[in-house]
Amino acid sequence: MSLITPTRISTPAPAAPAVARKARRGGVPYAFLAPALVLFVLFLAAPIGYAGYLSLRKVKVSGLGLGSKSRTEVWAGLSNYARSLSDPDFLPSVGRVAAYGVIVVPTMLGLALLFALLLDANRTRESVGKFSRVAIFLPYAVPAVVASLLWGFLYLPRVSPFADAFEAAGFAAPNILSSSGTLWAVANIAVWGGTGFNMIVIYTALRAVPTSLYESARIDGASELSIAWRIKIPIVMPSLVMTFVFSLIATLQVFAEPMTLKPLSNTISTTWTPLMKVYRDAFVRNDIYAAAATSVIIALATFILSFGFLKLVGRRAFNQED
Amino acid sequence: MNLRRSPVATTLLLLGAAYCLLPVLWVLIASSKSAGELFSTFTLAPSVHLFDNIAELSGYRDGLYWRWMANTALYAGIGAGVSTLISAMAGYALAKFEFRGKSFVFNVILAGVLVPGVILAIPQYLLLAKVGMTNTYWAVLLPSFISPYGIYLARIFAAASVPTEILEASRIDGAGDWRTFGRVVLPMMRTGLVTVFLFQFVAIWNNFMLPYIMLGDDKLYPITVGLSGLLNQGASQPAMYTSVVTGALLSIIPLIALFLTLQRYWQVDLAAGGVKA
Repeated sequence: MSLITPTRISTPAPAAPAVARKARRGGVPYAFLAPALVLFVLFLAAPIGYAGYLSLRKVKVSGLGLGSKSRTEVWAGLSNYARSLSDPDFLPSVGRVAAYGVIVVPTMLGLALLFALLLDANRTRESVGKFSRVAIFLPYAVPAVVASLLWGFLYLPRVSPFADAFEAAGFAAPNILSSSGTLWAVANIAVWGGTGFNMIVIYTALRAVPTSLYESARIDGASELSIAWRIKIPIVMPSLVMTFVFSLIATLQVFAEPMTLKPLSNTISTTWTPLMKVYRDAFVRNDIYAAAATSVIIALATFILSFGFLKLVGRRAFNQED
Repeated sequence: MNLRRSPVATTLLLLGAAYCLLPVLWVLIASSKSAGELFSTFTLAPSVHLFDNIAELSGYRDGLYWRWMANTALYAGIGAGVSTLISAMAGYALAKFEFRGKSFVFNVILAGVLVPGVILAIPQYLLLAKVGMTNTYWAVLLPSFISPYGIYLARIFAAASVPTEILEASRIDGAGDWRTFGRVVLPMMRTGLVTVFLFQFVAIWNNFMLPYIMLGDDKLYPITVGLSGLLNQGASQPAMYTSVVTGALLSIIPLIALFLTLQRYWQVDLAAGGVKA
């Protein structure tokens, strides 16, 4: 990209044989793709393969287990999977994440759709619409760790303004960080953090629809509600499908929020979510084989759920051309 | 369009805005309180100790907090920059060239979009440990250079914004492929690439698990891991909570500023993948 090269451009390109030029061009797309492919293999494909490999291995200790020669890695068959699935901490963590997902995904996407439709209906003062759009989107700029920290303090009875409000009204304040409330406490953080982004995605899809589509319905006397239900929602369905899939994937990986809330609440165990269990197995118990097996299980579950959902709704994902 | 204003719509939107702003408002007020006031005065009553708190936070282990901020800027800035360039190159190749294996490469990258990122963190750690690269800046930077979603977006932007005739014209002028890419393709994809950059920037800035696993030396921490550690210390020394709260406030200012200035690039249509800027 230097400034010297243009002189070469002004001279007519040497009359290279057309065949040679074409052959040279044949390598060009691969050159452009090369960095992405190398990094993809090193940091996506290889780790996935390595996790799969480790999940089938175990350490065999021979003799007294002393010295480096006495510990050897051997094939383990599916025993790590059996161990993972039968771990008394595993199923409860899966149950928690399932309940968490059932709370978070519909609430977050429902609110995102509601706000997007309200913004699109254009029935508030312009300043109100603009202000709300920015305010609701703002939490996306707040890292999950910081969001959990802020809400974590707001949940503490000594800080919470809600606790004050309850007490002023003469009720005992509910302790949201108690064992029954923790799930809701974590879910609220995810809903808070994710609604705005999904709202923007849906709102953008709505803005792309020509308004002439609704005008005739309006002239026919259709209410805004029925326009939303019968015209707008079907049109943004592809966006809803994609936000659903991405929310599902994010849900199964919940990690930062409960890890951050942990010091503020004694009801969050080290295996509160499956990914926290993976972390504990790998770094606290130094059992990378069990951690690998659990990782593979979570990854498979994610794939089955997201592809299953895309198949179910019968839409081609990611508008593939061919 | 001149529609009747609806008080219901206004109320719902403002309630949503209030819910989203509440924690931000709280942290703004709480970071002005002294350690004694944090748990004793009324939640939403501001105090006057903001600058004392900032000074105390800055003094914590010789300004470690600001080092975390600088690290985060470095991880997110370099990571997103390199990732955007790599995505632009790959997206351009996938959109504008015909070659053997094209649909295979594209499908593999699409599958990559659905791989839950944090599942990768532990095997990535083990593999980087084998080459002695954990607990370095590279351990966080290298995995963030590849973004299947960024490549997917870049492919759509390249297909939509780079006309094939212009590429032909550039070739006839004798410009090489890299020159065409740098001088013609990149400028045309600029708007879309800003979006790719922002996506990746926010993803890295907000990431917790990868640096949490990769790094042991707290001088290399990004802000998320640093604050999480401070909060853990607060459990035994409650006086630390003031620094945690002040640190949380300062840490969200840069991203919020970035959001407000680059708002128009956030009009992303996930399903169509296009940007309506």
